[in-house]
Amino acid sequence: MNILDWFTDPANWTGSGGIPSQIGYHLMYSAVALLAAMAIGVPLGVYIGYTGRGEALVAGFANALRALPSLGLLILLFLIISPVVTGKLVYVLPTIVVLVLLAVPPILTGTYAGIQNADPDAVGAARGMGFTKSQILLRVQLPCALPLMISGVRASTLQILSTATIAAYLGLQGLGRFILDGRATANFAEMAGGAILVAVLAIVLEFSFAWLGRIIVSPGLRRVASKDSSPLATTVLEPAT
Amino acid sequence: MNWISSNIDRIVSLTISHAWLTLAPTILGLIVALPLGWWAHRSGRGYAAIVGTAGLLYTIPSLALFIILPVILGTKILDPINIVVALTLYTVALLVRVVADGLSSVPHDTVAAAEAMGYRGWQRLVLVELPVAVPVIAAGLRVAVVSNVSIVTMAALLGIPQLGSLFTQGFQLRLYVPLITGIVLCVVLAVVFDGLIIWLNKLLTPWRQRTVTS
Repeated sequence: MNILDWFTDPANWTGSGGIPSQIGYHLMYSAVALLAAMAIGVPLGVYIGYTGRGEALVAGFANALRALPSLGLLILLFLIISPVVTGKLVYVLPTIVVLVLLAVPPILTGTYAGIQNADPDAVGAARGMGFTKSQILLRVQLPCALPLMISGVRASTLQILSTATIAAYLGLQGLGRFILDGRATANFAEMAGGAILVAVLAIVLEFSFAWLGRIIVSPGLRRVASKDSSPLATTVLEPAT
Repeated sequence: MNWISSNIDRIVSLTISHAWLTLAPTILGLIVALPLGWWAHRSGRGYAAIVGTAGLLYTIPSLALFIILPVILGTKILDPINIVVALTLYTVALLVRVVADGLSSVPHDTVAAAEAMGYRGWQRLVLVELPVAVPVIAAGLRVAVVSNVSIVTMAALLGIPQLGSLFTQGFQLRLYVPLITGIVLCVVLAVVFDGLIIWLNKLLTPWRQRTVTS
C-alpha cells in the first residue's frame, strides 16, 4: 500500500478516526492551547515590557525551556498531572497544560520585546501631544509591538502544532495518531500520510500568519520596518522543533 | 537509583548515540551553510530566497520530517541517517542566515583596510571577513546545537535509540527515574556542547579579549 493509495482510500476520509476528524481534533486542541497561552502571555508580556520588571527571569526561563526536550517535558508533566485528574480528561488536560506551558514563552517574549522596542521617538511624540500613560500604551506602544507579538504567536502556534503531534503518544487524538498508529502496525503509508498532513497544516498556518501580519499591522509601521527589517526580524529566530 | 546502576551500560551507549546524532548534523550543517551564507550575503535576491526557504523548512515539525525524508531518500524509517539529514537541514536553515548576517556585520573599514593591504577575493574572505564574523556565527551555532540536542529525542517515537528512548521507557513503566535521567543528560549534553562552542569562539578570536582589556 503506498502513500497515494492511503490518501485516496475513502475509508480514511470518514468516521471518527478519519482524516477530517483528526485534523479537527488537532486544530481544536491547538486553538484551545493557543488561546490559553495568549490569555497568560499577552498581559504578562505587557506588564513586563511596560515596567521592565522580571525581564531577566523570563529570558532565563525561555532559554532553559529551549534546552529542555519537549518530548521529555510532555511525559514528565503528564506523569505529574495525570494522577490528579480523573475520568475522560486524563489524557486531554495534561496535554493541554503542556501545550500551554510550551507556548507561553514565545508569546511573552514577543510581547515584551515589542513594547520595549517601540520607537522611542513615537512614544516621545505621543507624550508631547499630551497622551496619558495608558493612552501611550494602548495607542502607540501596543500597535508598535504588533509585528513582534504576531511573530511570537506564530512561533507558539508552530510549537503547539508540533507538540500536539507528539502528544498522540500519550493517547491524544489528532494527526499524530496516524503517525504513531502507523508505526505500531508497521503501516508506513499511514505514517507518511500523517506526516505529510502535519507538514501541510504547519505550512498553511505559517502563510496565514504572514497574511494576518500584512492585514493588521499599521501601514506606517510597515514602511519603517521594510526600510530596515533586519533588527525586527532577527529577534525571534528559533526553530519550531 | 538502583535503576541507574543496573542500566549504566545502556545509559552510556544512549548518550554516545545522542552526542553523535547531535554533533554530526551540526558540523555538516555548518559546512553547507558557509558557502550558501556567503552567496546570500553577496546577492540580495539570494538572501530573500534563502531566508524564505529556511523559514518554511522550520515550520515542518521534526517528527513529520523524520518520516517524510525516508520517502525522498529511499532509506529505511529506522535508519539514523534520516535524523542526521533532517537536523542538517534545520541547522543549515538557521545558519545560512546567520552566516550572511555575520559577513554583512564586518565593518566596511576592515574590508577596505584588507583590500588596501593587498588581500583580494578568496584571501580576503577566508583570512579577514570570515574570522571577523566568527562571533556572530558562533552565536547561531550555539542556538543550533542546543535545539539539535532537544530535537534528536523525538526520534524515540520511531524507535531510534538515543536519550529520548529513556523518556518513552519512563512513560511505559510510569517511572520517573529513567525519564529524569534522560532529561538531565540532555541538558548536560546541551551545556557541554554550548560551552565547547564558547571555548572555540574564544580560541578563534584572540583579538577580542585584547580589545576588552585595553
